[in-house]
Amino acid sequence: MVHAAPGGPFDEERVLPAEVAANIEAAYHLDEPLPQQFLRYLSGLLQGDLGPSFRYRDYTVAELIGTGFPLSLQIGVLAMLLALVVGVSSGTVAALRQNSIMDRIVMSLAMTGISIPVFVVAPLLVLLLAVKLHWLPAGWSGAPGFAKFVLPVITLALPQIAYIARLTRASMIDVLGRDFIRTARAQGLGTKTIIRVHALKPAMLPVVSYMGPAIAAILTGSVVVEEVFGIPGLGQFFVRGALNRDYTLVLGIVIFYAALIILLNLLVDILYGVIDPRVRHR
Amino acid sequence: MKPIRNLLLVPALFVLVACGSGDHAENAGSVLHRGIATDPETLDAHKARSIQAADVLRDLGEGLITYSAAGELTAGSAASWTVSDDGLTYTFKLRPDAKWSNGDAVTAAHFVFSFERLVKPETAAFYAQLLGDVESVDALDEQSLLIRLERPTPYLLSLLTHPATFPMHPASLAEHGDGFARPGSLLSNGAYVLTDWIPGSLVTLQRNEHYWNNAATAIDEVKHHVLTQEMMELARYRAGEIDITASVPPDSFQQVKAELNDQLHIAPYLGVYYYGFNLTKPPFKDNPELRQALSMAIDRELLVAKVTGRGETVAYSWVPPGVHNYEPTVLSYAALTQDERNQIAQGLYKVAGYSEENPLQLELRYNTSDTQQRVALAIQSMWRDALGVETTLINEEFQVLLANMRDREVTQAFRSSWLGDYNDAHTFLSIMQADNAANMPAYQSEEYDSLMQRAAQQVDLDRRRLYLEEAERVMLADHPVIPIYFYVSKHLVSPRVVGWGDNVLDYHYSQHLSLKAAE
Repeated sequence: MVHAAPGGPFDEERVLPAEVAANIEAAYHLDEPLPQQFLRYLSGLLQGDLGPSFRYRDYTVAELIGTGFPLSLQIGVLAMLLALVVGVSSGTVAALRQNSIMDRIVMSLAMTGISIPVFVVAPLLVLLLAVKLHWLPAGWSGAPGFAKFVLPVITLALPQIAYIARLTRASMIDVLGRDFIRTARAQGLGTKTIIRVHALKPAMLPVVSYMGPAIAAILTGSVVVEEVFGIPGLGQFFVRGALNRDYTLVLGIVIFYAALIILLNLLVDILYGVIDPRVRHR
Repeated sequence: MKPIRNLLLVPALFVLVACGSGDHAENAGSVLHRGIATDPETLDAHKARSIQAADVLRDLGEGLITYSAAGELTAGSAASWTVSDDGLTYTFKLRPDAKWSNGDAVTAAHFVFSFERLVKPETAAFYAQLLGDVESVDALDEQSLLIRLERPTPYLLSLLTHPATFPMHPASLAEHGDGFARPGSLLSNGAYVLTDWIPGSLVTLQRNEHYWNNAATAIDEVKHHVLTQEMMELARYRAGEIDITASVPPDSFQQVKAELNDQLHIAPYLGVYYYGFNLTKPPFKDNPELRQALSMAIDRELLVAKVTGRGETVAYSWVPPGVHNYEPTVLSYAALTQDERNQIAQGLYKVAGYSEENPLQLELRYNTSDTQQRVALAIQSMWRDALGVETTLINEEFQVLLANMRDREVTQAFRSSWLGDYNDAHTFLSIMQADNAANMPAYQSEEYDSLMQRAAQQVDLDRRRLYLEEAERVMLADHPVIPIYFYVSKHLVSPRVVGWGDNVLDYHYSQHLSLKAAE
């Protein structure tokens, strides 16, 4: 299907002499009929070979995924952790003080977080924290250590924080109204213990179900974040690959993402069982 | 409530820790940070074709000839050379102290090997035609190289500065095969050596201790940052993370000009932005009046002032000004006012068979980008106001546009550009020859081709120049293309960079730059 887009990976305004063009296409087997190219690709794939990149001609697709994925993963995991910690805690606070000023502030911030797209937030954060205040590096390449992670991770986490806070608040309010919480209170337990021991776990179920879509959102959101911050992750390779007609790179990343998402969905299903005994026994 | 408050502290700590390590002071001030718009597609000098790859390669390697800091042709790996009277034989003497980054001597055989690899079909080199006029290359001894030409090629010396003509180290290619152009295996004979390359992010070069002129190199390390987003590059420049930008974003240009004018470098560049006609199909086939009318109805002065607005200059010729030993021929109507041009254009439009009742319906194709869109909208309205042409704008992704331009099936008018590869009018004029594959309009003129042939046979530079100028006049009069504006190079250069010089080729060798000590 990637071949359906007009143009080829080696097309440019400067036209290649016919024999040179033919040699380049032969080197990448682009001169063969499509079904043959497809079979060649599949047989390579079975042996774990994703082929050479057309655009990064000194690298193979597997190498590019190998360097890009760990970065995307680190940023994704950090963003997810940040989103969970901040989202769940602010959602719980809002639930405990329902309709208070605190609740209103958290919920309006959450609404803002959901509404403003990543590609608007990112440049604003860069302008404020990097260009004006010089607290953080503005870009990725050449920036030292951990500092370069901060802005991309925050940018990526913001909308997820907002969703998770709203989910937590709603489900926490629901759980806190249940009978077993009233029983716990009647037994004289403090709010702290009630939340930690009794309320948090059942209130987390909707959040856990949201993890699947959230991971997908972080994966796709990272495409924008990586492009904006110039992070050499998978998302950036994916976008550039599509624009450059780098067939093998795009295919390789699609296959990799597909395998990853199947794996993550499986993990979420298993996680249900760990949290909710009813799921385990059914 | 305590655990919840503790939880809230985690992200705060996260930010604090990060800020603590976010100390980005430069060490010793000997690292130069340059922006490039995309990764080099490869650092194999024969397979590379992008401007970005060439920029990095010029830091790594050195041809027989190179450019001085002042932008003059000067001896590179060759110490001296002689030219025969008929202009057909060049003999180069290499520097005895020219070395590869592993200490091996650079020999004449390495140049022969490189030139042969460049033209070999298996290499599939993008610039294989660059040495098309070269008949043979021989190593007379370790340090003497003889180049014989089929016809006088007065721009040979500037071709020999091109990365595709840099020497290659045969043993290293034999050892590493296709993977020779990677950090750790790529040998270079220029001021720097490739030490690291993170695709999509950063290309790092370090001083080549074996370079013959290493003593003159001031900067120890050069980092080419891959920054596809011009806005991001500007933000990083403002944050002090980039010393030299590859461009300036159009939307911020006026602001940059107001705030950073002393750091902004705008210079003429060897590139022409043009609209071409598909001459193989109606309405433009055999219809020079219509083509001229459309060209005359474009108010180029208004366009560069209000639409592109980044210092571009109007184009009334095909060859940009500033080309070595050449005076571009300008279109006859360059001196008229736009009102006068419009009047003549209306007359031509009628001659071509169109009128208010029977307007020309035209499809204009351009590649999806902000600049192309703005130019196309402006020209659409200029054509409508002056002639009543009904233009349909079709924006296509670049690769799609290229395919359509080449097929000449659906294409009527299209936007394109041509960037010079060397400082000679030939790099622009040759593409309009009938047999040139880059001749997108499919322009065919026996007169033009014969003038180009005669220029190619000329040893006398002044007479060659006259033939070329006449060829340009003939071609412009046929209006196969509408030259619209000439490109300019646009860089922001930090005040701490010393030795920057603007030039038409937009070559800026890192080895000619130095950095002021941090204050």
